[in-house]
Amino acid sequence: MTTDMLGKSVKRVEDRRLITGGGRYVDDIKLQSMAYCAILRSPYAHANIRSIDTSAAKAMPGVLDVMVGTDIPYNPLPLAWPAGGSAGLQNNVNTPRALATDSVKWTGEGVAAVIAETPEQAFDALEAIVVDYEPLPTVVDAEKATQPGAPQLHENAPNNIVFDWTVGDKAGTDAAVDAAEVVVRQRIVNQRLIPNPMETRGDIGLYNPGTDEYTIWMSSQTPHIQRILLAIFVMGIPEHKLRCISPDVGGAFGTKIFCYADYVVVLHASKRLGGRAVKWIESRRENYQSTIHGRDHITYLEIAGSKQGEISAVRVKTYANLGGRLSTIGPGIPTTLYARVLSGCYKIPNVFAEVIGVYTNTVFVDAYRGAGRPEATYVIERAMDLFANEIGMDPAELRRRNFIAPDKFPYENPSGLGTASGGAKIYIDSGNYEPAMDKALAMAGYAGMDKAKAEARRRGKYLGVGLSTYIEVCGVAPSKWIGAVGEGWGAAMWESANIKVHLTGKVVVTMGTQPQGQGHETTYAQVIGHELGIPMEDIVVQHSDTQGTPMGYGSYGSRTSSVGSTAAIRAAAKIREKARRYAAHMLEASVEDIEVDGAEYRVKGSPDKKKTFQEIAFALDLAFDAPEGMEPYLDETAYYDTPNCTWPFGTHVAIVEVDEATGHVDLVKYVAVDDVGNKINPMIVDGQLHGGIAQGVGQALWEGAVYGDDGQLLSGSMLDYAMPRAAWFPHLELDETVTPSPVNPIGVKGVGEAGAIASTAAVANAVNDALKPFGIRHLDMPLTSQAVWKAMQSSKGAQA
Amino acid sequence: MIPAAFDYVRATSLDDALARLAADDGAKVIAGGQSILPLMKLRLARPETLVDIGRLTELQGVRRLPDGRVAVGALTTYAAMIADPILGHYGLLRDALPNIGDTQVRNRGTIGGAIAHADPASDMPAILLALDAEVVARSATAERTIPITSFFEGAFDSALRPGEIITEIRLPGGRDDVGSAYSAIEQPASGYSIAGVAAVIGARSGDRWGLCAVGVTGVGEHPYRATAVEQAIRGGASVADAATHATDGITVASDIHADREYRTHVAAVQVRRALEAAAARLG
Ligand SMILES: Cc1cc2nc3c(=O)[nH]c(=O)nc-3n(C[C@H](O)[C@H](O)[C@H](O)COP(=O)(O)OP(=O)(O)OC[C@H]3O[C@@H](n4cnc5c(N)ncnc54)[C@H](O)[C@@H]3O)c2cc1C
Repeated sequence: MTTDMLGKSVKRVEDRRLITGGGRYVDDIKLQSMAYCAILRSPYAHANIRSIDTSAAKAMPGVLDVMVGTDIPYNPLPLAWPAGGSAGLQNNVNTPRALATDSVKWTGEGVAAVIAETPEQAFDALEAIVVDYEPLPTVVDAEKATQPGAPQLHENAPNNIVFDWTVGDKAGTDAAVDAAEVVVRQRIVNQRLIPNPMETRGDIGLYNPGTDEYTIWMSSQTPHIQRILLAIFVMGIPEHKLRCISPDVGGAFGTKIFCYADYVVVLHASKRLGGRAVKWIESRRENYQSTIHGRDHITYLEIAGSKQGEISAVRVKTYANLGGRLSTIGPGIPTTLYARVLSGCYKIPNVFAEVIGVYTNTVFVDAYRGAGRPEATYVIERAMDLFANEIGMDPAELRRRNFIAPDKFPYENPSGLGTASGGAKIYIDSGNYEPAMDKALAMAGYAGMDKAKAEARRRGKYLGVGLSTYIEVCGVAPSKWIGAVGEGWGAAMWESANIKVHLTGKVVVTMGTQPQGQGHETTYAQVIGHELGIPMEDIVVQHSDTQGTPMGYGSYGSRTSSVGSTAAIRAAAKIREKARRYAAHMLEASVEDIEVDGAEYRVKGSPDKKKTFQEIAFALDLAFDAPEGMEPYLDETAYYDTPNCTWPFGTHVAIVEVDEATGHVDLVKYVAVDDVGNKINPMIVDGQLHGGIAQGVGQALWEGAVYGDDGQLLSGSMLDYAMPRAAWFPHLELDETVTPSPVNPIGVKGVGEAGAIASTAAVANAVNDALKPFGIRHLDMPLTSQAVWKAMQSSKGAQA
Repeated sequence: MIPAAFDYVRATSLDDALARLAADDGAKVIAGGQSILPLMKLRLARPETLVDIGRLTELQGVRRLPDGRVAVGALTTYAAMIADPILGHYGLLRDALPNIGDTQVRNRGTIGGAIAHADPASDMPAILLALDAEVVARSATAERTIPITSFFEGAFDSALRPGEIITEIRLPGGRDDVGSAYSAIEQPASGYSIAGVAAVIGARSGDRWGLCAVGVTGVGEHPYRATAVEQAIRGGASVADAATHATDGITVASDIHADREYRTHVAAVQVRRALEAAAARLG
């Protein structure tokens, strides 16, 4: 029998299926008489639609239906999270419709849909649709879009402003900045990213005319939420008439949290066809044009403090590009999830942020791995380096002086995270930042950097070292907070687990969370195996179907291991309690006298009198001899609402070499010491860190979505959008400190986003450090060869 | 990402393929498909018929010609070239081939397809330019030999005529008194070269290099021979000085990855690096 696997690096049980082609993704599902959908997308970034002629397309071979926006009678997609916080904040809301009706706001917005017998026929017919567009002027830059004279996207949003949101104590921060000995100012761009999950999105709509019920298979992180949004807010159908199924999901990184237009298109198309299934699969090109992008901030930063390195204030103004219309929680990302954590792991007394959400002729921006927190970490970690340079202090030393001390937890930060959270009191619950930093510095050989720099110079290279001492808000979130006006998306955010123990003691667990490759089927089995004292092999973990799983809010925000696992532990506790009561009955003892040791239930003091979990399950399942009042069967559900978020932290150190001749940046060493609390499966934790680090480094060095001024997406495919490649990375040296989270019973914190949050700033700081000899203070990302070389050239020019 | 409808025929022989091309204006050959299929999926190419020459073994493989030169069949894949012992003697091929595309692309992509496609940034053309290769092309009625230096005529445009199939590429035989190398700075998304330079250099006699040929890709409208660099070297200039002529007379390309200024600069850097590496191989 397998022994207790909690905390062990067990191989992932889903991998045999997933890496041998046995996974079942949306596109693997083929239903009887299924039709195929293709969506015609706007070639213009901004245009009025004068007319659409679909007659020729309708006459094409195999075409079953052609729909335009006015054929779809439902509401526009919902905005679930307007920016709030300041009293009565106006949000000028425009969200997409299933298909655009009057105008298009970005290249790639859907304007018509063809349904045909085959995907080929559907694609062919797209070319026969004639749309008469009236092109309009475009703007793609968030700051420029707010300037007088900029093209206007929406009548209800003067100067293209969605909201102008503030957080923190303005007067106090202004005074602290005015009084400071040293103030460093910098304009910082956090460039737009394309998330690139391996599996693009896709869905199948199926309407059953017999029962008037809808089913949708979707590559989604949130099937239960989609049921609410689609049924109640968009289509106006009873919630129980819609079933949402997410089969295997091949990566998501946030992009699959949201409510997308194509869901509505396939459901409605199926209804129009009298119940034929309709499948739509997103091409990579469409994914780039019509699934959410991430980041895209322009920030004016001011950091103030003393010459001795005491930071007294941070003041920022950020323009957040939200795209041509709003995605489901777009406004929530640059407000609550960004500005409320701007002070990071530092005891900065005064923080004030103004965030202006802006419409531009680009695809919408929403949560992408880290969602707001990478943007905040990038700003504060660049700020620390800029300030250290200004006062001539070692950046590690500056951080050390400003860390929140370990005895100051729980810590309430000055960006109002605690007070604005609807009575939930979101405070930083725990942390011990210095040991993690010291460990990372030692591993990186930080003390010997001057020598290494000199040695690199002899090879025509400029070496730089960069730190990122990050914290993260994980385990979202207390429902009180997420339901507080303007702070959350007006929903709850608890989690659920159901455990059924079958006749033979085999266990089926159904969860409200939704994996996208993270290995939940393994980690939940480890947790529940530990709780029930049974081998992992006896447990199967299921998810993904609103019909077969308890209501849950899905997986994102590094919440599954802390919130989901706690629900699972609580369900297991209920199972154990009932098993114990039944064991007492079987053993003719009182419940208090039954002690549980793994899968053994025995009478205290009489070790021979015992029943195994399997024996109890068998007996209780048959219920031939159940006592009065006890229900047969072991089947328990738990719903768990977390009292707080969790707060991983750590220090990442990057060492880079810049080639003097070409500006090429080589990442030569990478060290990460992360404190994610206790680990359910260390190997999976490492995997999350590896992927996250690579993604964050991708932003620092290579990735960037580039729109031309006319709104054409120039980085429109993988030929022009640079994804990180394994060969460009050194071995990632990982280590840990362990500060268990006090929030949940196993002391886990979450790790899905940590790598991506930390690594961008570490690498950017390293490159900026390498460029110090050129008098360069700050260079925006991506730090491509060309960008770095040009910066070196212009400073050489300036010195000459 | 679904191509427009097309017909597909598998050629049974080279003559069969040539006859089909001659009979049908809308026909195009497909070899490894690594360039033509992506274009078709984007509907940027819409051949009515694809004539598949991929299985014509007569066009595969590397052999030594009686005159000592080396003939590479047009359908020889990158992977086959990497594994070939004769080609293993060419330093510039050893440098370049393993970095072209990925394993799948190297297993499918052919040398003939690479040059017929005439992508202004692909690597093989620069190499063949530096080697002074010859392209052998056949039509249904004739065979001709095209010097590589007059093969590339523009972006995705070559001297190949409709109805012609490249049958082989001829390289000079390897020489011990010649060193060669390939040096490139890659566009990180596509892996194609922002500037890729193939250099062949002959052993010095006295204070002059015996031979110098430099092929450049990714920089101009099409891959080219950097004749100004070669002249400077022949005139006795240092490698570093000669390299500054990398883009003389060339209209340098500009895109979101590298503008004209940067590309001009890195072309010179790669010319210098390729020449230095080639010279170092002379031992
Ligand atoms: C992911 C990816 C990465 C790549 N990376 C690189 C890279 O780093 N560097 C690089 O240089 N290239 C790169 N390539 C391009 C690759 O080298 C070429 O696609 C390949 O060599 C073309 O050969 P093929 O046999 O696949 O040609 P095909 O795609 O079959 O044909 C291409 C064109 O050539 C014509 N053609 C083919 N064979 C002949 C012939 N014998 N006679 C006449 N016409 C012919 C076809 O009609 C077609 O027009 C990459 C391609 C991909 C898909």
